[in-house]
Amino acid sequence: MRALGIILAGGNSNRMRELSNKRAVAAMPVAGSYRSIDFALSNMTNSHIQRVAVFTQYNSRSLNEHLSSSKWWDFGRKQGGLFVFTPTITNTNSYWYKGTADALYQNIGFLKESHEPYVVIASGDGIYKIDYNRVLEYHIEKGADITVVCKDLAGDPAQLERFGVIKTNEDGQIKEFEEKPLVADSTVASIGVYVVRRRQLIELLEECAREERTDFVKDILIRHKNVKKIYAYKMDTYWSNISDVDAYFKTNMDFLNKEIRDYFFKQYPDVYSKVDDLPPAKYNRGSEVNNSLISSGCIINGTVENSVLFKEVFVGNNCVIKNSIILNDVYIGDNVYIENCIVESRDTIRANSSHVGENGKIKIVVEKNSRYIL
Amino acid sequence: MIKKEMIAMLLAGGQGSRLGVLTSKVAKPAVSFGGKYKIIDFPLSNCINSGIDTVGVLTQYRPLRLNQHIGIGIPWDLDRNIGGVTVLPPYEKSTNSEWYTGTANAIFQNLEYMEYYNPDYVLILSGDHIYKMDYEVMLDFHKTRNADVTLATINVTEEEASRFGVVLTNEEGTITEFEEKPVHPRSTKASMGIYIFSWPVLKDALQQLSEQPACDFGKHIIPYCYNNGKKICAYEYKGYWKDVGTLHSYWEANMELIDIIPEFNLYEEFWKIYTKSDVIPPQYIADSTKVEGSIIGEGSEIYGSVYNSVIGAGVTIEEGAIVRDSIIMNGTVIGKNTEVNKSIISEYVKVGDNVVLGAFDEVENKVAPSIYAGGLTTIGEYSIIPDGVKIGKNTAVFGETKESDYQNRILASGETLIKVGELS
Repeated sequence: MRALGIILAGGNSNRMRELSNKRAVAAMPVAGSYRSIDFALSNMTNSHIQRVAVFTQYNSRSLNEHLSSSKWWDFGRKQGGLFVFTPTITNTNSYWYKGTADALYQNIGFLKESHEPYVVIASGDGIYKIDYNRVLEYHIEKGADITVVCKDLAGDPAQLERFGVIKTNEDGQIKEFEEKPLVADSTVASIGVYVVRRRQLIELLEECAREERTDFVKDILIRHKNVKKIYAYKMDTYWSNISDVDAYFKTNMDFLNKEIRDYFFKQYPDVYSKVDDLPPAKYNRGSEVNNSLISSGCIINGTVENSVLFKEVFVGNNCVIKNSIILNDVYIGDNVYIENCIVESRDTIRANSSHVGENGKIKIVVEKNSRYIL
Repeated sequence: MIKKEMIAMLLAGGQGSRLGVLTSKVAKPAVSFGGKYKIIDFPLSNCINSGIDTVGVLTQYRPLRLNQHIGIGIPWDLDRNIGGVTVLPPYEKSTNSEWYTGTANAIFQNLEYMEYYNPDYVLILSGDHIYKMDYEVMLDFHKTRNADVTLATINVTEEEASRFGVVLTNEEGTITEFEEKPVHPRSTKASMGIYIFSWPVLKDALQQLSEQPACDFGKHIIPYCYNNGKKICAYEYKGYWKDVGTLHSYWEANMELIDIIPEFNLYEEFWKIYTKSDVIPPQYIADSTKVEGSIIGEGSEIYGSVYNSVIGAGVTIEEGAIVRDSIIMNGTVIGKNTEVNKSIISEYVKVGDNVVLGAFDEVENKVAPSIYAGGLTTIGEYSIIPDGVKIGKNTAVFGETKESDYQNRILASGETLIKVGELS
């Protein structure tokens, strides 16, 4: 219990296009049976962080529903627990969270009343496994004021414009930090996970608030990079951020790769999620499934190829689903053709229809037809 | 003072010896069913879906797996401040310590547990049937009939009736006569082993018959109540109910789940069946495979072909393997190019490469012809089957077997190979 955890899950991203109409990015379904925030929550619990606060703001109904019980991540404890903080009106403040630092400042009471010496701050849209204790040990060993977890994205430099890009000296201390540069001169990106001493954080936040500054990256990290010792902890295992339709699509498809599946699903520690008590998936006669992930509660009568089907998807007779992601509880009528699509959850796709994402662009299908109920 | 209108007592102590190697190490209620479930999930889910939040589970035979499964009852929402699920094993007393000697004796030994909750009614259940039933409707029936005891009955065929206790009723549903396993049954209303007792009636009967050796509900308590002029009613249940007492009926009940719209439908939103799920990830179906007419549990990885089968969670079926008409339980691995025909493979079994299960012609089992029948091949939990062996029909294998255990790599139909290792 050296650290308490904070997960910033308030964000929306217009890069998610229609998918963000319904929910915050942290509540996006990922890899068939999970939600994005499960990864940060599981990392916290697997790192023995028992007191975790989730900050929500944008369209949080879906997220709140997912977090309705803390037991799935083992946070149902007498010591610590899972806290969900939405903005509230107080006698000194009547604004929404104006930025990440402001969100933390508005809940500074939580930080002040805690006893853990350190704070781990994570975002709810990263897909990765990490032992935060390793980062904490590195933080202590380096005598850092703030440690930023980083990942070298040399393999996919186009992604860099979405993240903070850093440069360090040989010791790992961050010397340059640029937020979302159009042209980056480094390939190392911050993944939005920070370790900081609790009292240090309180001090920084109060200073920020006095000057009416609101952003953790701009107003704390970048502004203090020459004053405070900010270190980079480089992770070399899988990491992906889903807050962009193409990245979201690719991340889900990554799970068709056995190595990635084994890493997340079979290697200890596990990733936890809310248990939905759905029956096993069912493959009726005439079903033809190849290289796909199928979740519990699905019923399949047609053809599914190179796709990820989330929970409770019904696929009708003679359907063909290729290279697509079908979110939870979608009903697909007979003779439907779907290719290069993301189908929004609870959709009902009419029989004999066709949806194709042209020219390699992913089409997002939102169809609110009334469902024929047997 | 604590007050619960109705509490349930779930009898889960039996071995279910007709399930052969499946119950060598676990009690029958802890045997898997339908891929991800255990048999006890059905009565437990029925309880919570019927609004019963206080359940005593009576265990005796090999309770470890059952205890681990039930825990504090979280999957069924039976983790309660007052009530919830309580596992009740037999315990030592200052005088007259004994095991549970019969169904009613087990309940008698837990009189204190029931008294604590101050119930008006007590529901007696057994942990080895597959069904969905609203016990609240049965309780309403019990109340409107002013019954002292209500027992649930189901219509069976005349041949089947001689395996059960059957009842004769008048037109109001009051029971007028009993027949226990009659040779020539005069009724087809079979008792399902589900009883609602008004608490004072049950308490009195249990105390009066406390000296009765192997005191049993069907044989002693119900006749006692009847002879003392208590009103006993039959509640006719019309839904799906399956007694998976034998390997063949167990296999059949599983196979029925894969029908297009099975009689026992797990996919109904209403009346969910809950279970402890350790495995959450989706399942992966690889390229150039064929999966048809099957249900498959979470986190399984299918690289081979699966036809008409029930596959549990976390199962791996390797390239080239073909599984037909079989039940494969959680965590089992089927090796490359292995052929599995009409088999029941228990949990965490390792079947090697190029193995054939369910080979050769059918021959009656030499050791236990009444158990290992119907052309099934049954493999007990944590068994190991070496590469390249052929195993026939009506066979049972249990334990870590090696190639030297098989003659010319063959276990002929009708043979039994039980080689229990250090786990026994």
